Amino acid sequence: MNKASLLSAFMILLRRDLTLAFRRRAEVINPLLFFVLVTALFPLGIGADPNQLRAIGPGIIWVAALLAALLSLETIFRSDFEDGSLEQIMLSPHPLSVLTLAKVCAHWLVTGLPLLITAPLLGLLLDLSGDAIITLMKTLALGTPALSTIGAIGVALTVGMRRGGMILSLLVLPLYVPILMFGAGAVSAAAAGLPIHAHLSLLAALLVLSISLAPAATAASLRISLS
Amino acid sequence: MMRFFHQLASPKYFYRFAGRLIPWLGVLCLGFMLVGLYQGLWVAPTDYQQGDSYRIMFIHVPAAWMSMFVYMVMAGAGAIGLIWHIKLAEIMAISSAHIGASFTFLALITGSIWGKPMWGAWWVWDARLTSELILLFLYLGVIALYNAVEDKRTAARATSILALVGVVNIPIIHYSVEWWNTLHQGPTVTKFDTPSIDLRMLIPLLLMAVAFKLFYAVVVLMRARVEILQRERNSQWVLDLGDST
Repeated sequence: MNKASLLSAFMILLRRDLTLAFRRRAEVINPLLFFVLVTALFPLGIGADPNQLRAIGPGIIWVAALLAALLSLETIFRSDFEDGSLEQIMLSPHPLSVLTLAKVCAHWLVTGLPLLITAPLLGLLLDLSGDAIITLMKTLALGTPALSTIGAIGVALTVGMRRGGMILSLLVLPLYVPILMFGAGAVSAAAAGLPIHAHLSLLAALLVLSISLAPAATAASLRISLS
Repeated sequence: MMRFFHQLASPKYFYRFAGRLIPWLGVLCLGFMLVGLYQGLWVAPTDYQQGDSYRIMFIHVPAAWMSMFVYMVMAGAGAIGLIWHIKLAEIMAISSAHIGASFTFLALITGSIWGKPMWGAWWVWDARLTSELILLFLYLGVIALYNAVEDKRTAARATSILALVGVVNIPIIHYSVEWWNTLHQGPTVTKFDTPSIDLRMLIPLLLMAVAFKLFYAVVVLMRARVEILQRERNSQWVLDLGDST
């Protein structure tokens, strides 16, 4: 039996997770529906004045995206934990942190990317300008992968618990605060015609930092949860 | 010397050592606190701008300092526990969590009471208030995770990781909130060359800071002793302890 290289192990795991997600399409669509519904609730709750909606739109869309990402987080490890394949993955000779990164990538492709594609529609619902919508997509493209990588730590810590969902949100949401601030801040700045380079650079920095550090913490947490 | 530390890391010796240390630290803490409060409430002059209401600072500022200090201690102890598998470090880490959360809460409450006459509102979304609030959430997350895991050994290791993740995040959160919005008065004590604070105000502030540190030491030792007893309740020396009293 020949040993697979790290890259091919990464790709195999990625393809496997994508296939699994494709066969369980409802799980992929639910967070997306949640994202749209939550955003649509705000105009109903606070009134449909376009000026007001334009002012708070960026924040609403970002908070809704954050909650949708949070809801879908559990799927990263949950089903693999339940059927035991997570333990098999941990037995592989490859570094666990890289393998968790593959799972996080797959998770982002099936949950983060759809959010990114739907966001312009929601922007139109809340009467955002064209510039603001383009910025919204840029910030979501930089922000949602960071949400997934950081969230994976929380999922890894709570995967063994029967009702980990509530605790997961308590663990993860405080860590999401900077991403939310810069993401929504950039869109607001773009809507006001201000420069957004600083926001985008900081978001990119957060993304790089989380991709480089979070997988190690995720791997360590998985080892503890499954020990 | 090394032998002393090795012995100290064993729960049994630590339990006795802490038991002997607590009364001394407690008396010391009480002394500092009484002198500090006297200096702060009677000796320190009235502020020309804020009147007497600034005096809540002598509680508020040390509590805020402690809220961050305790988190660092917790994460540091957690890291030691994770790396060298020292049980005692895990116990210290988790014993710190509740105290740190209390200090954070105290800082928020006193800040709110101070903010009402100064800013005209109980709460403003100012940078340092917000990051202190998020710090409280981080503490609560640590406590919730510890309570949720059945096996306390695993729980302690899991919370240590969470505390370390939090430590990486605290500066990020701090600065992001700072750039987001700030209204808070600038730090007046950290500028060591020319502190922009009257010496008669600075002295009680530092006294109170020492008192708070000692208070933390006393309480964390007490909590650690309880935690040790709970974890080692089936070991012989704990059973002997029960027999002798």
